Amino acid sequence: MAEADSTLPDEVSEDILSGLTDSKRQFLSQVAGVLEDYEPKLGLLGDVPQLSILPADALSVCRQMKETPGIRMAQLLCLACVDYSDHFQIVYILHSLESDRTLAIKTDVPYDHPAVPSVTSVWRAADWYEREAHDLFGVSFDGHPALSPLLLYDGFEGFPGRKEFPFNDYQEF
Amino acid sequence: MGELVSQETAGSVGDVPERGEPVEMLLNMGPQHPSTHGVFRLVLWVDGEKVIRAEPHIGYLHRGSEKLCEGEQYHQIITLFDRLDYVANFNNELVYCQAVEKLMGLVVPERAEYVRVILCELNRIASHLLFVATMGLDAGAMTPSMFCFRGRERVQTLFEAVSGARMMHNYFRIGGIKEDLPDNFEQLVADLLPLLREDVGESDRLLTFNEIFLARLKDVGVISTEDALDFGLTGPCLRACGIEYDVRKAEPYSIYDRFDFDIPVGLDGDCWDRHYVRVQEMYESLRIIEQALDQMPSGDVASSLGRRLIRPPEGEVYARAENPRGEIGVYLVSDGTDKPHRVKVRPPSFCNLSAIEHMLKDSWIADVVVILGSLDIVLGEVDR
Repeated sequence: MAEADSTLPDEVSEDILSGLTDSKRQFLSQVAGVLEDYEPKLGLLGDVPQLSILPADALSVCRQMKETPGIRMAQLLCLACVDYSDHFQIVYILHSLESDRTLAIKTDVPYDHPAVPSVTSVWRAADWYEREAHDLFGVSFDGHPALSPLLLYDGFEGFPGRKEFPFNDYQEF
Repeated sequence: MGELVSQETAGSVGDVPERGEPVEMLLNMGPQHPSTHGVFRLVLWVDGEKVIRAEPHIGYLHRGSEKLCEGEQYHQIITLFDRLDYVANFNNELVYCQAVEKLMGLVVPERAEYVRVILCELNRIASHLLFVATMGLDAGAMTPSMFCFRGRERVQTLFEAVSGARMMHNYFRIGGIKEDLPDNFEQLVADLLPLLREDVGESDRLLTFNEIFLARLKDVGVISTEDALDFGLTGPCLRACGIEYDVRKAEPYSIYDRFDFDIPVGLDGDCWDRHYVRVQEMYESLRIIEQALDQMPSGDVASSLGRRLIRPPEGEVYARAENPRGEIGVYLVSDGTDKPHRVKVRPPSFCNLSAIEHMLKDSWIADVVVILGSLDIVLGEVDR
C-alpha cells in the first residue's frame, strides 16, 4: 500500500523492463503516458507489463484503459485476489484482442478494511469475479450491484481463501 | 364500502388474473437436472412461455481447488488441474505445466512438446464430440450421440494406452511428460486418425444441417459481439460472434506456431454458430495432429528435472492457453518454497456461464436448455 504511490526513477524502471520485447515496451510506455496523473508504478508480471496503482483509482484507471483509443482493453480476463497476510492484492488482467496487448493492473488493499471500487460498470465480466473474491477473501467491492455469495452457501462463516483459514477443519452445514 | 367487499371477494376466489395481464411464475431448474450438464441451478421467472428473468446459482461443486493448491507440492497440483475441466484433462495439465515452466525458465524436450500437442488436440476433439452429442440430445436428436461417443471412446482408448487412465490422466510433468510413452505411439495415433475423421464427419453430416436442428438453434440465444467481449466470453463462444481470436494463433504457446490451421468463426453469435464453430474446430485439430505426426522428432520425452522436488524462484507468472471451452489462464505466485503461494485459475466456463442471465432474458422457455447447452460448460471448472 505504502509504495504504490511512489514512482520509480526512470533508470530503475528501465532496468526492470529490459526483458520486454519492443512492442510490449512501447505499449507499456503508451499506457503509462495515459495514466500519468495516477502515478503508476511500472513492473512485470512474468512477461506481462504491470502497473501498480492506489485502490481508490481502480475504477477510473480501468475505465480509461477500456475507453482510451489505441489501448481499448476490451476484456477483463482475470481478477485475482492474493492474500499476503498483511495486505491483499487485487490483480486485474486485461486484454485487447491484438497480440502483445495484455496488461496487469495491481492494487494493494489493507487487511483490516479491504475495499476497492467495483469495476462491474466497465466490464460485466467483473461481476462474478468480484462476488467470488468477496466470498473467499472478504474483500468488499464498493458499487457492486449485489455482493451475494457465489461459490459458498448462505451462512458460511469465515473466508476460506485467506491464509489464516484452517485447512482441514470441518464446519457443520 | 361495497367496493371494499367486492375486492375481498375477488381475493378469496384466488388470484385469477385478467386475460392478457402478465403473470410471473417461478420455475426452478436444477441443481439435479439432466440438461444442466452437472450440478447447476437456474431459477427462472417466466410469464407464460417467456423467460422474464433468470438467476444462475453455482458453487455446488466448489471444492476449494485453488486453496488446495496452496497445500500441495508443485508436481502434486497436476492432479488437481485434471479435476477442473474433467472433459479436457490434458489441456488443463498443459497450461499448469507451462505456467511453472515459464516461472523456472525450463525448456521442454522437442518430442515431449509434440506428444503434448497431439494429446491436447485429441482431447479437444473428444471434448467437442461430447459437446455435439449433448447438443443433439438437448435439441432432441438421439442418434448423433451414438456416433460421437464411438469416436470419443476411440480417443479414450488411446489415452488409456498412453497414460493408463481414460480420464484424470496425470501424465504431463513440469518440463516434459511422464517417461513411459508407448513405443508405437505414432502408429496408434496414425491408425486412429482416419477412424476419427469418419466419426466426426458422420455426426456432422447427421446433425449440423438437419432441418429440425437448424430450426431449434438458428437465431436462438444470440449474443452481440460487444456483449460477448464485455462478459469475457472466449473460445468457440466468442468466435461464433465473428471474432477471429484464438490464443494458439494470437500468442502461440508450446509449438503451435509450427502448424498451419485456420480459425473457424461464426456470423451471428447464435446457438447454431457455436455448434458449427466447434464442429469445424475438430477438422482443424485433425489437421494439426497430422502435421505434428509428420514433424515429430525422436528423442527423449522425460523432464530434465527427473523426479526431483522443485522450488521455482520467487515470482509471479500468468500463463494462457486455448482450451476446448475457451481461454484458460493460470496466475501463479511463488514464494520460493516447494508449494505455491497462490494459484488462481481463470476458467473459461466461469466467464461463459456468467453471460447466461443476459442471454436467457426474453427467450422462450423451450430454448433455455439449448442456450445453456450451447455454452458447453463444465461445472468442475466453474465451481473449482
